[in-house]
Amino acid sequence: MAALMAILKRDLALAYRQRAELLQPMMFFVLVISLFPLAVGPESNTLQVIGPGVIWVAAILSSLLGLERLFRDDFQDGSLEQLMLSTTPLAMAALIKVLAHWLTSILPLILLSPLLALFLHLSEPMYWALLKTLLLGTPILSLIGAIAVGLTVGLNRGGVLLALLLLPVFIPLLIFATSAVESASMQLQYTAQLAIIGAMFLFSLALAPFAIAYALRVSQT
Amino acid sequence: MALLSVTNLSVVKRDRLLFENINFAVEKGGLLYVKGQNGAGKTSMLRVLAGLVAADSGEVCFSQQNIQTSRESYHQNLVYFGHKLGINQTMSAVENLQFWCNQHQVSISIETIFSTLLQLNLVGLEDIPVANLSAGQQRRVALARFWLKQNAQLWILDEPFTALDTQGIDLLSKQITKFLNSGGAVIMTSHQRLDLDYLTDELTLEYRI
Repeated sequence: MAALMAILKRDLALAYRQRAELLQPMMFFVLVISLFPLAVGPESNTLQVIGPGVIWVAAILSSLLGLERLFRDDFQDGSLEQLMLSTTPLAMAALIKVLAHWLTSILPLILLSPLLALFLHLSEPMYWALLKTLLLGTPILSLIGAIAVGLTVGLNRGGVLLALLLLPVFIPLLIFATSAVESASMQLQYTAQLAIIGAMFLFSLALAPFAIAYALRVSQT
Repeated sequence: MALLSVTNLSVVKRDRLLFENINFAVEKGGLLYVKGQNGAGKTSMLRVLAGLVAADSGEVCFSQQNIQTSRESYHQNLVYFGHKLGINQTMSAVENLQFWCNQHQVSISIETIFSTLLQLNLVGLEDIPVANLSAGQQRRVALARFWLKQNAQLWILDEPFTALDTQGIDLLSKQITKFLNSGGAVIMTSHQRLDLDYLTDELTLEYRI
């Protein structure tokens, strides 16, 4: 347990020291979203229709930008090797690293979301629905994304490959998340969509750590 | 009784057979020196022995137990030093070693880490990011593990003397001899001539096309 806490502390400290690198996906997120009102026009009806989709697509793309950081440095300098040779279970260590990654590169995006909802004229019920889908859905991005990072970390320049591997996998999440916000815009119940996203989250939380650990071991060859 | 025994080990890398049917055993207090040309498969062999990579065929046993199935108890007794140093460039020497000790369940006080770094001639460099140290100094930081982890029974070292100055080589050689005399086993590769005052077993790997 103390060993896992040490990993969390280390990763948070490292993220703070490399904060310039962390800021880039956030800037990307804000910029992409602010392009839409400029391109589509400031009419509130159109923006409201495309808004939730735009925020979700931008969140997925910017999470992909920062995803590689998750294991890249540790793989290259050999820290990962030493971690595998330690007594800490690799699956648990991977889960903690994913948690640290979510806290440092995804949570800031969620904190920025009220501002962006304002850009896109989202109504208040729509914003709350969006926030709930983001809170439940983005951990899935990190967990599933980490499996792909684990698989591609041994290849140099796996960046685009990573996006090609992951984007199709995120389609169901995107569909349910945007449909929840759409329901909210029509004052309808959206618990069903949230429940499905929640189920996806719990499923990936249970299985992803082992898949990540396996992928990391495969990458050592 | 052999501490580490290897039976019929074969490793294939990118469709090239590096070596096959290797058999050897390392006893307590034994030093195995793996020799061979560049590309002969020394590093690959050490990575298999450390349990980082699975062998394509054959078995590696540590105190009669397969290392793939009893991973945790094996790694408790092992210190591996590879080509990649395993230290983070943005963290300081002390932070790196503290983290390492934490993960490897080595309970050690910060004073011991400082005094180990003192022994390794890294005084005054404890708290600056490792990226600012020279290549040799970075290796010294990584080598400090051999001073810190006291309860290991097996050391695996891949080219430990690279980038070290003569004084550093001397320090490490002394530490290796001390460990061997206390009953530990060592497996290492090196292109430098070994100047250890100790009985050495040799294993030569041939370069295959």
